[in-house]
Amino acid sequence: MIEVKDVRFTYPTGVEALSGVSLTIEEGEFVAIMGQNGAGKTTLVKHFNGLLKPTKGTVLVDGVSTRDVSVAKLARTVGFVFQNPDHQLFCETVWEEIAFALRNFGFEEAIIEKRVDWALNLLDLIEYRQTSPFMLSGGERKRVALASVLAWDPKVVILDEPTIGQDHRQKENLRQFIVQLNGQGKTVVVVTHDVEFVAECHPRVVLMSAGKIVADGEAKKILTDTTLTSMASIVPPQITQIFLGLNDLGFPSDVIDVSEAKRVLFDYLVRSGR
Amino acid sequence: MSVFEGFRFRHVTSPIHRLDPRVKFLYVLAMFILAVVFTEFFPLLVLFFLQLPFVFVAGVKKEWLRSLRGAAFLATVIFVFNFVFGFFYRTYTGTALLEFSLAMSLRFLVLVESFSVFFLTTSPDHLSLALEQSHVPYEFTFAFTTAVRFVPVLAEEAQTIMDAQKARGLELERGNFLKRVRNYIPILIPLIVSAIRRSLELAEAMESRAWGASPKRTNLYVLKMRANDLVLIALSIMLLAVGVYVRYYVSIPSLSMFLPPLPF
Amino acid sequence: MAAVQAKALTYSYPGGTRPSIRDVSLSIERGEFVILTGPSGCGKTTICRCFNGLIPNFYTGELKGELRVAGLNVSEHPIYEMAKRVGLVFQNPENQLFALSVEKDVAFGLENLGMPRDQIRERVDQALKITGIEELRERAPHELSGGQQQRVAIASVLAMQPEIMIFDEPTSFLDPVGAQRIFEVINDLNKKLGITVILVEHRLDLASRYADHVIIMDAGQIILDGEPREVFNSETARLLGVGIPKAVNLWRLLQENGLVLEGMPVSSEEATRFLREVLKR
Repeated sequence: MIEVKDVRFTYPTGVEALSGVSLTIEEGEFVAIMGQNGAGKTTLVKHFNGLLKPTKGTVLVDGVSTRDVSVAKLARTVGFVFQNPDHQLFCETVWEEIAFALRNFGFEEAIIEKRVDWALNLLDLIEYRQTSPFMLSGGERKRVALASVLAWDPKVVILDEPTIGQDHRQKENLRQFIVQLNGQGKTVVVVTHDVEFVAECHPRVVLMSAGKIVADGEAKKILTDTTLTSMASIVPPQITQIFLGLNDLGFPSDVIDVSEAKRVLFDYLVRSGR
Repeated sequence: MSVFEGFRFRHVTSPIHRLDPRVKFLYVLAMFILAVVFTEFFPLLVLFFLQLPFVFVAGVKKEWLRSLRGAAFLATVIFVFNFVFGFFYRTYTGTALLEFSLAMSLRFLVLVESFSVFFLTTSPDHLSLALEQSHVPYEFTFAFTTAVRFVPVLAEEAQTIMDAQKARGLELERGNFLKRVRNYIPILIPLIVSAIRRSLELAEAMESRAWGASPKRTNLYVLKMRANDLVLIALSIMLLAVGVYVRYYVSIPSLSMFLPPLPF
Repeated sequence: MAAVQAKALTYSYPGGTRPSIRDVSLSIERGEFVILTGPSGCGKTTICRCFNGLIPNFYTGELKGELRVAGLNVSEHPIYEMAKRVGLVFQNPENQLFALSVEKDVAFGLENLGMPRDQIRERVDQALKITGIEELRERAPHELSGGQQQRVAIASVLAMQPEIMIFDEPTSFLDPVGAQRIFEVINDLNKKLGITVILVEHRLDLASRYADHVIIMDAGQIILDGEPREVFNSETARLLGVGIPKAVNLWRLLQENGLVLEGMPVSSEEATRFLREVLKR
């Protein structure tokens, strides 16, 4: 439902951020767009909701070119959670904050009531209903930002570097939440350079480097291919690094999470009679 | 805005760039005084053309022209105002009216353009060093350089905030004037809050790097006057002296000598 | 003499309802590489600010208990006095750089101290060299990548030649490759220059290999304090939800399923080595 057709994009400063990118994302997919800072990941996803229009090429969302529709209209379908929640918080209460987009989209007050309460519940923010968003902690503000996007129930949810500054537990919760969202049928696109985060949820991985897509496929295959990872300047997951050093003993090299690692090791030991 | 483009600094060097900012400022001051002293067309025209050698040597022709274009609108407004008022209040008539109005808009241009050349050829770093050495309290110089340093950062942040709010359905281009102003609140508040947070972090970093440790702050660089600077000082003083002399003791040719009598 | 000695430290921010740190006691020896970690809000940022005197001098409020850093009692000395011995590098690289060129930023602290010009120049050159950013000398901070900016921040603190350097989540905004480079620089400062390093981090996968002392905090108190392997291996650490290195997790998982193993790897290289030995048996 999102089609990127040979898109090139150059910023007004003259920097070419995308040099011919083609991609299709179907409904219900879970995609991780990865690569180092500056590879063009955020530039690419900003084309999905029309914030950026391609210099050359087309981007189609549900068959409609992003050039023909306003950002506000596209946002109804494609929700974008920005990296820094402080770039959007401005209301007096969390409730108002979550209602903001709903008001912009023209929802009726009665429906807004329901949707806001639903979003507050979903992200465990009910106790902060009447609190000023500026009084909340960093993690809580991130949840408010996420709630304010989910409130209007977009078909696609894009998260730009959602793991920055989060501790382990917060990342775990986020990961489970995202998997749940995807399970409910939402198309989820995560822009991240956090390999460990991706390794645990096995999404489709689109690897970018210098404005181009260098790989597109299973997380397992891509994150364990050292040629690809070094070209895109990302670090393979720790478990993969461990297994890379065991390659000569006949171990598979495409292991990325802990439980599979354990299974593989035990199988080996059982086979060799121990 | 193109008027501001003319004031922005670019990474180039030329003998003009290397001049001591204090000396350049002295020159600009001299230009300023002379522009105010004269109300006649020809001397102001001379002052205007005096900027050109600096512009060419410094290699900032494009930016200078851009600031000129930006100032052109206001210059025309000044011309029209002076012309219309003069006409109705009969302070001047005929060619004298034309000459006076032209002179006033020229004066404006001379003032704007000499400052423009100053800012185009002086890096903010250089400028802050000059301020420091001129015994301006360091707090002000620091505030100045930090402000300049963060201009591109804030500009980028404003853009990101606009994107974030547009992605929540905010329409910045539609609606009547009042509505449009209200629509900027979701942009301004995060920007201001972010600026406050940023300044707190900056303050922490400053303190941690021994801010206030010594009442006598030293500097990695020092401005030294060189031959070119002395030349410019001499030139400025000379121009000032000649200008004042001409204004009070020499009769200045008027534009009416070259134009036929005009109907107004 | 210990580099940092804290006894029963307790502090609440003005207007705060409960203390950010409670009854914190710890001791850090000179030359150690300490990792300080814990869930968000555990007090690690607060304690860093105590170490260099921001608390109680910049942030008002009462700091109860005793704290001696580099031999000085933090409550009795102004921050600029502490700055000569303890350096603090913050999370956001952008907000630590105020000058218009890298050189001027690195010189900033020294200029504040009123040092003579040639001494400043020497120290700036040295700091730029150690952090590997000599070629960025004339650049403006806005033109630099996050990783480069953070190295400038490190250089500008390093130029003051402190005996202790604290890094408060310095790689938060960097990608893993940038983060690794920063950890290598920090490690050099510790192993080659003998600077006591206190690193606050969540990315234990990348950072644990450098540490010889790990402290885990939660809700303002110290929960675990000791040698990395011990700390990561403990059940408490796992329950706290701290990002224990995957190598450790794998090891524990294998042990729980019956494999008899010795030792405890904290990095992927160690894990590979240990596994090879186990498998050869």
